[in-house]
Amino acid sequence: MSEDIDKVSIQITINGQHYKRDVEPRLLLVQFIREELGLTGTHIGCDVTYCGACTLLVDGKPVKSCTMLAVQADGCEIHTVEGLEQDGELHPLQKAFSENHGLQCGYCTPGMLMSSMALLAENPDPSPDEIRKGISGNLCRCTGYNNIIKSIQAAAKEMAG
Amino acid sequence: MYPAPFHYHRAESLEGAISLLAELGDSARALAGGQTLLVWMKLRFDEPQHLVDVSRIPGLSEIRQQAGDEVCIGALATHAEIARSAIAEALPNVLDCGSGIADAQIRSRGTIGGALGSADPSCDWPTLLHTFDAVLTCTGPEGTRTIPVSELVEDIYTTILKPAELITEIRFKIPPENSGGAYCGFKRCAPAYPTASAGVQLTLEDDICSAIRIALGSAGLTTITSQEAEAVLQGNPLTEANIDKATEAIVAAADPVPDQRGSEDFKRAVLRTLVKRAIDIAGRRCHGEIIKGHHEYV
Repeated sequence: MSEDIDKVSIQITINGQHYKRDVEPRLLLVQFIREELGLTGTHIGCDVTYCGACTLLVDGKPVKSCTMLAVQADGCEIHTVEGLEQDGELHPLQKAFSENHGLQCGYCTPGMLMSSMALLAENPDPSPDEIRKGISGNLCRCTGYNNIIKSIQAAAKEMAG
Repeated sequence: MYPAPFHYHRAESLEGAISLLAELGDSARALAGGQTLLVWMKLRFDEPQHLVDVSRIPGLSEIRQQAGDEVCIGALATHAEIARSAIAEALPNVLDCGSGIADAQIRSRGTIGGALGSADPSCDWPTLLHTFDAVLTCTGPEGTRTIPVSELVEDIYTTILKPAELITEIRFKIPPENSGGAYCGFKRCAPAYPTASAGVQLTLEDDICSAIRIALGSAGLTTITSQEAEAVLQGNPLTEANIDKATEAIVAAADPVPDQRGSEDFKRAVLRTLVKRAIDIAGRRCHGEIIKGHHEYV
């Protein structure tokens, strides 16, 4: 049946770069980004909308890209972890995660960073409890979360200047 | 995981979506936020041949208050949009419910219409909407009708909606002065469906309960309500004895299914706690107390 399915033409902006592709409707956004575009910073963890490793921003909102079709993102502006670093300079969140031991194996980190971006955009000075709630859709099996929370607090401080 | 192959159609209008769904018949599903449907399709619980993407139909995500103190929420409003709305600011149980659903990512995509249409007794909105006696505007090939939320679901995952009929709007009255509501859910972790949940909406006049609605989620194959429980409190004060009696009545009406979230006994114990907590919060909110009540997870 797969051969009979019409591909759909989509246009997506990712980290400021414009992409136009014809995709099979069932292609997931995370697979489009990783496999079609080679942006492998966005990870696949659980694949069932649980772990948040595949979190990215679609029109500024955090989304689990394993549970969104690429065709649903047509016309959208997407930000992935690759877009955080600017001109060789790490984003304050990335720096804070590094300095505060906010990661061990690093698998969840891209998703954590993108959820943190969304959280800080909405709430630039979150309390530890608000941070816990904000990243509650992202699982980390290494850190026990405390250093992640410290990292986000440090980044918030840095970003507030 | 890939879903099975399907054809993708993007609806530009409600009429267009309905005629396409009618034409494609049972091989098609309407796609809104996809936070339930896509997971089911990836797990191959459902293999529709066509998806009709209704998510971009204009005008179906508006959240507004209109004359006669009526709240109207478009079916495509996301959980996050509702939680951030002026309605959630005015009605704390709407905030509790909306901001407690799953996690930030799922709230960005999932819609209230999708949660209702999935007829999943674990979804939060249907439970809350029972306590508001909400009505749903639905449009299909035969026109538009309204369905009380209590009549939408006939069995688990099964609504009374006709083929190609879509929920377009959810409406309910803002409760009168001296009213308070609460919605309390208990989850194993943020992205999980609740193990159990309880919604309460009440109005107090001179400390006598003049209106009461109680509904339970994840407590049976459909949303659980109990006229017996409500009758215990209706016209009576919120004494500890009355609250206990009403709680026992609705917990007895529940029929929780033992599963990976807990045994039947465990769920009844959780429900008992949640109902009492929700009545307590709703009662205090009737007096204007500002209380944060929300989903809890361990």
